[in-house]
Amino acid sequence: MTIEDRQLELLINDMYDTYGYDFGGYSRASFKRRVDRLYNLDGFANFSEFLVKVRTDEVYFKRMVEEITVNVTEMFRDPSFYNVLRTEIIPTLATKPFIRIWHAGCSTGEEVYSVAILLQEANLLHKSLLYATDLNPLVLNSAKKGVFNLRMMKQYSENYMAAGGKEDFSRYYSANHGFAKFNEELSQKMVFSQHNLVSDRSFNEFDLILCRNVLIYFDKDLQDRAITLFDESLSLLGYLALGTKETVKFSPVQRKYEQLRKEKIWKKIR
Amino acid sequence: MEENTINGCELLLIGGSAGSLEVLIQVLPRLHKFTAFSLVIVLHRKSTDDNLLEELIALKTSLPVREIEDKTPLEKGSIYVAPADYHLLLEKDGFFGLDVSDKVNYSRPSIDVVFQSAADAYGKGAVAVLLSGANADGTEGLKTIKAAGGRAVVQDPATAEIPYMPQYAISHLTPDFVLSPEEITEFVNGLK
Repeated sequence: MTIEDRQLELLINDMYDTYGYDFGGYSRASFKRRVDRLYNLDGFANFSEFLVKVRTDEVYFKRMVEEITVNVTEMFRDPSFYNVLRTEIIPTLATKPFIRIWHAGCSTGEEVYSVAILLQEANLLHKSLLYATDLNPLVLNSAKKGVFNLRMMKQYSENYMAAGGKEDFSRYYSANHGFAKFNEELSQKMVFSQHNLVSDRSFNEFDLILCRNVLIYFDKDLQDRAITLFDESLSLLGYLALGTKETVKFSPVQRKYEQLRKEKIWKKIR
Repeated sequence: MEENTINGCELLLIGGSAGSLEVLIQVLPRLHKFTAFSLVIVLHRKSTDDNLLEELIALKTSLPVREIEDKTPLEKGSIYVAPADYHLLLEKDGFFGLDVSDKVNYSRPSIDVVFQSAADAYGKGAVAVLLSGANADGTEGLKTIKAAGGRAVVQDPATAEIPYMPQYAISHLTPDFVLSPEEITEFVNGLK
């Protein structure tokens, strides 16, 4: 059973009216697929039943947000990106007295820990602050703990090495009962908070903003809003890093940015 | 192959896994220029693949092969290849969408995800072809394509290097056509 387009719009309106979460700017194809999946998984008899459940049961609504927002992430995803961060971006940040980084849509935190490792290896973590935000409070709780599944470590270690890592990756965590708990040294400089790119404003000025594979879930208007928000939050000569298939091209702030070769990293030049 | 001529194709999808690249290498150089539809190729590939597959495909055809990025608009007459490590979706306003949600059938891109999304966005304008492979991916997608009024084509398992995937499809649905690689070429050249 799949939901019809007009039913999806009803659901989006109801979620906004009841809880203030606005999914109206989400790309429809991907959003619909995940709503369909949940609708079928939870075995509703019909769409009205589903709608009533979402409207009246806040616990269910939270589960729904968890399920329909994508929280798939990994450490050092796209190692070549992290290699450029390590060899080109971080050295230019090193001269600053203080380094502020924003991970927008940080999900369960794998990217934040990856960047913290790069900063520590450059001996810069002590003067850095990593702000990690997501609209979903559940993933933030998980990110704060710095605990990831142990069976992922083999791949993360390979990614780390492919990204130019020279250390023994296992020095960064302790393994226990199938989980890898990352050293608290790494999380000391992290601040986690809820922030919604759809509705919240700029809250600080940053030298580097990472928002990778988040904009793909937004339609063009919402992408423009988010990119403008990043622009308002970036210092001059600061960097914006997006996912490998995302771009600031065609956005209202494009002329203020210079792309680093073909990397998905843009420098704010005016 | 007069009986195989299909009108109203707006989107042609070719999905496959192990043993499919060989079929494409046979079919692509023999394709005539087309103007009525876009061709989207979805192959299972390593998550670390750069643009190797795109480059290889571009070598085999004189038709334009365009890279898919987020919100890339579909142009008729062009060939597109689903990028590594993303699910590919089709938006109703004629754009591609991407998604990094969990793998489906151990695959990202998953053929089912693309076919289902194409069925929703293009309805009877979608024609989907499933090639060789060692995975069950694609069968659910073909069912959705058919249910939405589109056409389902499956490579004849007898001609497939790995027959599992087309065989799985044939045992779970009735395709409109079961074709050898040579017949697939003719079929595509006959699409309008």
